[in-house]
Amino acid sequence: MTLTMFTLNAFYGLALAMNMFIIASGLNLIFGVLRVINFAHGMFYMFGAYITFTVAKTWGAPFFVGVLAAAVALGLIAFVVERLLLRHLYDKEHLMQLLFTFALVLLMSDAAKMIWGTDQYSVGYPPGMGGAVNLGFVMLPQYQLFLCVVGPLIAVAMWFVVDRTRWGRVVRAATQDREMLASLGVNVPMVYAAVFTIGSALAGVGGALAAPRIALVPGMDATIINECFIIVIIGGLGNMWGSFLGALAFGFVVQFGTVLAPNWQDVLPYVLMLVVLIIRPWGLLGRPETGH
Amino acid sequence: MPQRRHLIASAIIVLLLALVPLAGSRYAVDLTTEVMIYALFALSLNVLIGFTGNISFGHAAYFAIGGYACAILLTTYGWPLALALPAAVVLAGLVAAVVGYFCVRLTQIYFAMLTLAFAMLVWGVAFKWKEVTGGDDGFTGIKMPAMIAHHVGYFYFTLIVVAAGIAALWVICHSAFGLTLVAIRENSQRAGFIGVDTRHMRWAAFTVAGTFGGLAGALFGMYHRGMYIENAFWTESAQVLIMVLLGGIYSFIGPIIGAAVLHLLQTFTNQYTPYWPTVLGLILLVIVMVLPDGLIGLARRVKARRGRS
Repeated sequence: MTLTMFTLNAFYGLALAMNMFIIASGLNLIFGVLRVINFAHGMFYMFGAYITFTVAKTWGAPFFVGVLAAAVALGLIAFVVERLLLRHLYDKEHLMQLLFTFALVLLMSDAAKMIWGTDQYSVGYPPGMGGAVNLGFVMLPQYQLFLCVVGPLIAVAMWFVVDRTRWGRVVRAATQDREMLASLGVNVPMVYAAVFTIGSALAGVGGALAAPRIALVPGMDATIINECFIIVIIGGLGNMWGSFLGALAFGFVVQFGTVLAPNWQDVLPYVLMLVVLIIRPWGLLGRPETGH
Repeated sequence: MPQRRHLIASAIIVLLLALVPLAGSRYAVDLTTEVMIYALFALSLNVLIGFTGNISFGHAAYFAIGGYACAILLTTYGWPLALALPAAVVLAGLVAAVVGYFCVRLTQIYFAMLTLAFAMLVWGVAFKWKEVTGGDDGFTGIKMPAMIAHHVGYFYFTLIVVAAGIAALWVICHSAFGLTLVAIRENSQRAGFIGVDTRHMRWAAFTVAGTFGGLAGALFGMYHRGMYIENAFWTESAQVLIMVLLGGIYSFIGPIIGAAVLHLLQTFTNQYTPYWPTVLGLILLVIVMVLPDGLIGLARRVKARRGRS
């Protein structure tokens, strides 16, 4: 592998990692606060991508209007779902919450079929991002470069909000002791609703930003949700920087796997995860479970 | 130990099932065969869920291993059924033992995630190991022994194997071992205090569940004359989980009823509309929101209310 090839692959791996981080961080945020593993997260991602297609291609609006539309639409869907249904399940077993989100997957997959059919779609690169930046020894595509900027920006923004603002303190407190927080006068159900909304909107944004890179097909949700699970498990459930690390590991393994072991690139992430789990059962930055 | 009325009821059910082919409907025979296979599959999962309180989200893996192994041994290697079937079941049990060893180190949601991850690894291997498994074309054209090649013959074969499997699971679940598992489910810490090696017991339960899941898978593969990678996918694990929950996890026969109801419902729904996922989603919402203890739980509540008034 020449230096050019290596740089290009590392760069593509990084762009993939950043895109995956945006999606996985939403899943991780929701798990961290609500202790709910959201199987519908992949579906939210798929809806994000499809909505971007409709807004940007069918209606001809600018690409970033599509991204915004995806974020708003998914946030709205998530908010309604949380307020109407999910909030009744927090006191029940984990299994019930898990199955609830699986029911969402089933209902939304049929809804997507009704709205968009089963055709394959594509969304082109936004204008001005279809080219490449010449570094002399390698040409880096602009859109992937853009992803490499957005990913860390979102990570830093999340870190800032969660670790440095009052609202973030409330969110962190909600993960520790719900009852105590409620007795201090905080509207805990609204905190939960907000976290679920933001986490799901991140899935929508992740899908919207992935749309120019990939083909939009039914079933794309199933692949992504498994990949997100791998990422948050490698990093440690509930830990944002863990997801960042997990996404990086995932991106590089997939990208270099595609080049070095083309037949096995889909299996390698699972192997990576199993190796991590056997050595560190709670993920790279995760902490052993407490008696939740 | 089995009460007399249980034994009599089971004998009557087996006899009634044995009469199904006499009705002369190929459709009824096939549907009953499918239901029996799913009943065994769901029951095997409930050893983990209902009895031990561990939610596996990757039970399809053992189903697929049993199915693929039996199919490959019969067809590629030309083994006789009497060897291929036990070998496939043992293999599924062995893989479950290895996977279980790592999974039982974790509990609750972490346990569920890890089982899912291992199952997806199995799916990935079935998908990519094209020379052996046929990849995404599936493994088709299973060579069947002449005795059970006909659908009625296969029906009776399934009936015998499933009945034996269910009887074995009944004995296991109601033995001292089964009761220990219930103790772990109810309060794993206390079970530990009285000297139960909880991790060891959960590992054993995991292996038992995988073994019988493999048996169901082997029957399924031969019935369809093929195994497909969808059989190992996580949606299959979810489907069997829904069967178990629909029937009710805190009852031995609950999963059997859940499997029968769900499979029949799916078959009938598919005749009228392509939107089975919507129907399943709605069923699931009902279970989650109002029927957490399943149909058996509902029946018990109705009975209790009748008794009071």
